[in-house]
Amino acid sequence: MSNVKIPPVLRQAVGGERVVQADGATVGEVLDDLCTRHPAVGAQILTSDGTLHKYVNLYVNDEDARLLQWTDTPVGDADTLMILPAMAGGAR
Amino acid sequence: MSPSYQDLLAAAREVIPEVEPSEVAPRVAEGAGPLIIDVRETGEWDQGHLPGAVHVPRGFLESRVAGVAHDLDHELLISCASGQRSLLAAVTLRDMGYTNVSNLAGGFARWKQNNHPVEVPRILTPAQRSRYSRHVLIPEVGEEGQLKLLDSRVLLIGAGGLGSPAAYYLAAAGAGTIGLVDDDVVDESNLQRQIIHTTDRVGVNKGESAKEAIRALNPEVQVNVHPFRVNRDNVLDLLSDYDVVVDGADNFPTRYLLADAALMTRTPLVHASILRFEGHASVFMPYDGPCYRCLFPEPPPPDLAPSCGEAGVLGVLCGVMGNVQATEAIKVLLGIGDTLAGRLLIYDALGMTFTELKVRRDPDCPSCGPNADLQLRDYEAWCAGVGSHDHEAAGAPA
Repeated sequence: MSNVKIPPVLRQAVGGERVVQADGATVGEVLDDLCTRHPAVGAQILTSDGTLHKYVNLYVNDEDARLLQWTDTPVGDADTLMILPAMAGGAR
Repeated sequence: MSPSYQDLLAAAREVIPEVEPSEVAPRVAEGAGPLIIDVRETGEWDQGHLPGAVHVPRGFLESRVAGVAHDLDHELLISCASGQRSLLAAVTLRDMGYTNVSNLAGGFARWKQNNHPVEVPRILTPAQRSRYSRHVLIPEVGEEGQLKLLDSRVLLIGAGGLGSPAAYYLAAAGAGTIGLVDDDVVDESNLQRQIIHTTDRVGVNKGESAKEAIRALNPEVQVNVHPFRVNRDNVLDLLSDYDVVVDGADNFPTRYLLADAALMTRTPLVHASILRFEGHASVFMPYDGPCYRCLFPEPPPPDLAPSCGEAGVLGVLCGVMGNVQATEAIKVLLGIGDTLAGRLLIYDALGMTFTELKVRRDPDCPSCGPNADLQLRDYEAWCAGVGSHDHEAAGAPA
């Protein structure tokens, strides 16, 4: 069971939580479980064929999953997965 | 009988070798001379000193010398006006364990009489010294750093949530020239967070409004108001005129435009973005670290990237993140400390946590990678295109 940090724009899709838990031995499995538990998240971060949108950054603890093994990166109970889309806000 | 001043000098001459200006001048000219410590008072130093000398007033010698001479066997040449204060200072340094200490015979006066070159330091005016005294006291800033800040030029994109606190503090810090790019006018709903504006300036251009606040705070700061939106046609000219750019924009097309233009003009880019209770910040040093597009190759679609105007933002969050930007801009300008280059700082105000993620250069980055074909594009169209393609097909709620 890994912790998944949810960005502000997806919190509504998980009932307002900032951190939720999901099962899986890899990043991909944790995401699958997350999207099963919270289908509204899947609708936002997955393409129609079930792969991740390019604008979704994933971090395992403080490391970019793209530089690890992407969705095959192994995760354990102590690991935190962070979903991080860019934010635009600044001026207005 | 207690020793007189003359006795003290005579005793000092027994143990401290004296060097004539003509003996050491050739080495000083080559930059291969000893470390010269000038122990005169600040007013004397300001009139001129030996080239390359460091200034440690006699009264601070014991407490500050370790900061300029790290090794006890460092070759030191001590100078003052006529060679007497420095002679006694040299004895003190010898007593502190420095093994290679000489005295400049005849001091600065004889050096100057012999027509050796003199450096006259650029100095803060008495008013500046008073205004920036808390900066001058910091070893990493000091008078030299403050002069550097006064010479520096910072461009702020947006004088809103992030730009307000950033511009205000940069002006207070004495960043000499501040450019403000904003085509918007102050609205009542801005005042919950955009602290550089005021109720009586509602309806005024944000750059003009900020200029007024800055004039009241620190009149010596030159404020350039650019009352338009940054775009493909003006961005390169704008950035070329500044040393660092602070991105406080409110939309992705502008952010990607700035990211590419910062690479093209090799301008350090200080990034922050905010939403609700959360802030991101980083520093992008062109070709010397990741760029914005290494971090975020593509923008999210509009419904996943609402603006603060749509989704809200905690007012005080802007103060924290805008001042993270001001801090990083000052560090970049002074070349001190470790900036956020290579790191993304995430501030979660609800949890009151600061998290850091590693950001690395993407070898395939379409903006800064070795095979990148970097040119300014239609960022509005590009952001709309990449954001919408098969996101719509996924049937996500708009």
